[in-house]
Amino acid sequence: MLDISDLHVSVDSTEVLHDINLHIGQGETHVLMGPNGSGKSTLLKAIMGFGGYTITAGSIVFKGKDITRMPIHERAHLGIGMMFQHPPAISGLKLGKLLSATSPMGEGAIEALAQSVNMEHFLTRDINVGFSGGEIKRSEVLQLKVQQPDFIMLDEPESGVDLENMNLMGKEIASLLEKDIHIVNRRRSGLIITHTGYILDYLEADQGHVLIDGQIRCHGNPREILRVVKEKGYGECLRCKQI
Amino acid sequence: MEHLSEEDKKRLALTGLEVGMQNRCGSFFQIDQKVIQTTCGAEGIEMLPIKTALEKYDWVKDYYWNAVQKDKDKYTQYVAKQENPQGLVVIAHEGAKVEMPLQACLFLREEPVQHVHNIFIAREGSEIHIISGCASSWQKEHGSHIGVTEIYVGKGAKVTSTMIHNWNPGISVFPRSATVVEEDGTFLSNYICMQPVNQVNMYPTARLVGKNAVARFSSIVVATPGSVLDLGSRTILAAEHTSTELITRAITTGGKVISRGHILGEKDNTRGHIECKGLILKDGIIHAIPEIEGTLTGTELSHEAAVGKIARHEIEYLMARGLSEEEATATIIRGFLDVKISGLPAVLQAQIDAAIDKAESGF
Repeated sequence: MLDISDLHVSVDSTEVLHDINLHIGQGETHVLMGPNGSGKSTLLKAIMGFGGYTITAGSIVFKGKDITRMPIHERAHLGIGMMFQHPPAISGLKLGKLLSATSPMGEGAIEALAQSVNMEHFLTRDINVGFSGGEIKRSEVLQLKVQQPDFIMLDEPESGVDLENMNLMGKEIASLLEKDIHIVNRRRSGLIITHTGYILDYLEADQGHVLIDGQIRCHGNPREILRVVKEKGYGECLRCKQI
Repeated sequence: MEHLSEEDKKRLALTGLEVGMQNRCGSFFQIDQKVIQTTCGAEGIEMLPIKTALEKYDWVKDYYWNAVQKDKDKYTQYVAKQENPQGLVVIAHEGAKVEMPLQACLFLREEPVQHVHNIFIAREGSEIHIISGCASSWQKEHGSHIGVTEIYVGKGAKVTSTMIHNWNPGISVFPRSATVVEEDGTFLSNYICMQPVNQVNMYPTARLVGKNAVARFSSIVVATPGSVLDLGSRTILAAEHTSTELITRAITTGGKVISRGHILGEKDNTRGHIECKGLILKDGIIHAIPEIEGTLTGTELSHEAAVGKIARHEIEYLMARGLSEEEATATIIRGFLDVKISGLPAVLQAQIDAAIDKAESGF
């Protein structure tokens, strides 16, 4: 599904990601961990194609297509979706209006999806304006449910979410990633940034990666990596550099 | 109406003129200095040419050059010295209420200067919506429009005045208007100008003289290259428990907008807020000059102004949902201009939306 090879990314002419290699197969969910400022969000934004994240070397291939220089919306059309950690508030733009502008779904179908994440009363609200932490996340999940991407990137889905919302979010994200479908038939893939690992209470991830100082230091079982990080901190990862 | 070319009819439709009178309960139409039509079917509401109104009701003269001073500037002086004044008087008699707007259309076709003097009188407990469409013929290259408007909102009355301009690049426009609002009265003023014009210069003032009176000015304007829009609105909080809001959304695609605002709080328990947001799409000028002036402890006044370009991360957010860069930009601009005006009838809101949609296709 996604193949990243020898990727170098600069922000403001400073290289932030060095020689990243990452392969995510169809139906797989990967988890990305690492200390603050290690470059996790930068990697997601580079995959989405945001300006200001300059790819100086390497390539990103999605569904067999080289998307390294492709505009953001074409990547979205190809099937890449992203849950933002801090999405912008846009006054005057109604959430419902954005949803119908980006999807062929009818109003009824959108309304039903909104109800499933308790967002039906937010369709006529300006997007993210005055939304609480939980509401922002539910709005992001709703947008992804409408968009139906094949590859979903989630930037800290747990942050700013209370326990009740976490339960809803966890189940919805598991459903977006088709965790309810047998692994053989599962088509959707995901890449999740998590600090706490709470999301792993709701879905199984196939692989974990630790990113430190802009480099992927190790791959492995996500729960095991989480356990080591909880016990010994990222210092251990620095010492045991595998790659 | 049959005197108009198809092109001119289209221009008038953009200012909100409903030629067939659907969704309108009354209509006044003046071409240059000639009144073509005055009709009104609503009970308790009269629309009269100004001369007829002054003859018919003796008391109308008390409202003639009262809110606006004759010698205020050279433009009011010009209108005052006319021997043959033209314009519209709307009278909403006590308790008369109509949801459907009245339309007043002022069309500049051949003469170098069009002058009008309008008076809107809403007597106690009445409620009216007036949509004034001002336009010039597509063939009209140069000219001026000078309009004096006096608005009187009586006790518990409500007046919504929506003005939509659709001029040509060589036309200069000088509206001079003032409003007096009595106890429990509400005055809502909306101004839309999204088409090229040489210059518009105005600074309408609302004086709230009765307790609980409210005034709200909303302006949505686009300055195209060569246009100078020097706009302001002022509210004087001259009675206790009065409040006001002055809201502006300004876009420049190369022209100049000066967005002035002034609130004077001179009585206790008064509130006022100025909000001006400007978007610079192409190099032009947006100059926001909000002024708040309080003269005693019991007044609360505030302002916020912001001028800038569309934030890149907002465009990219929408692109990540599948919109192209152009679609994302247009969507954000549409949202920026979307000032929902509370208490506005759906037909009027639809008119404002249509004017915005029309302009948006040009961004």
